[in-house]
Amino acid sequence: MSQTRIVEVRAGILKKNDELARALRSRFERAGVYVVNLVSSPGTGKTQFLERTLTDLVSSGIKAAALVGDLETDNDAKRLARSGAPARQINTHGRCHLEAEMIGEFLGDWDLASLDFLFIENVGNLVCPASYDLGEALRVALLSVTEGEDKPLKYPTMFNSADVALITKMDLAEACEFDREAAHTAIREVRPGMTILEVSSKRGTGMAAWMTLLQERRAAWVAQRGAAAPA
Amino acid sequence: MHELSLAHGIVEQASEAAQRANAQRVVSVQLKVGRLAGVEPGALLFCYDLATQGTPLEGSRLEIVELPLIVWCAHCLMEVELPGVQRFRCPTCDTPCGEIRQGREMEIASLEIEP
Repeated sequence: MSQTRIVEVRAGILKKNDELARALRSRFERAGVYVVNLVSSPGTGKTQFLERTLTDLVSSGIKAAALVGDLETDNDAKRLARSGAPARQINTHGRCHLEAEMIGEFLGDWDLASLDFLFIENVGNLVCPASYDLGEALRVALLSVTEGEDKPLKYPTMFNSADVALITKMDLAEACEFDREAAHTAIREVRPGMTILEVSSKRGTGMAAWMTLLQERRAAWVAQRGAAAPA
Repeated sequence: MHELSLAHGIVEQASEAAQRANAQRVVSVQLKVGRLAGVEPGALLFCYDLATQGTPLEGSRLEIVELPLIVWCAHCLMEVELPGVQRFRCPTCDTPCGEIRQGREMEIASLEIEP
């Protein structure tokens, strides 16, 4: 019988994705574009929320664009383009999440330096996208009032990996007997101290607070980059 | 279900490492997976057999070691292990603990090879 030996490796399984994400992050920083990754289950209202966000940004003269991931169809990119902001569709053809490689490929020669914000709408899935860094500066996990207040406890990896939690479809809260307190508690059990916003994309409720958060986070990010850059 | 993508990642990383070590054959791959990594070991083992077919890792065994979730408790001033992933609070003093010290890992620790 032949001898075997142990070789130490210590390599991340997603090393390739992590490296590509790091390169994207530097590219975004050089261009000064603040990138937001939106994650949620299918049907939470990511597209409607993003359409509203882009519309509000465009009307304030802020430059924004979007990449949207779905298994098939370009329906969402068409919906988002109604906002007046450029939107590109990524079809994953069966893959349940976006990867850094796809972001790089679909950005192509887009002039990122002309943008203030780039939004990436991930594939609707609360499991897999958690593990894939896309080079974003902010990850937002969405949860709608129709889904059940304990969803963060069922998908702790995703909610823990996010920077901000956003509760959507607040206009339906009463009809769904949504327990606001229970939802907030569940979110903070898996991510202590997480910022939580509540919105209705349909009525526009909460959008002002979201706009403020985007501007503040971007300003802090710009200031930090300025401080980190050599004099 | 992203375990097939993960399995392909393992094959890629492990094949490179095996080549660097001039391995004739890879007997097993030791993997460290944190409790919060979102990996289902059963699904990953199933996908591993598929992903290794026709590669230098075909026939090798995947050994998964699950790492517990460890957070920093700012009240007790020590690292504490959490019994689950649904409640980020110190088991001793109940203080919310958001600072993760271990639990997100997805790493190939080592390979057992025939030189």
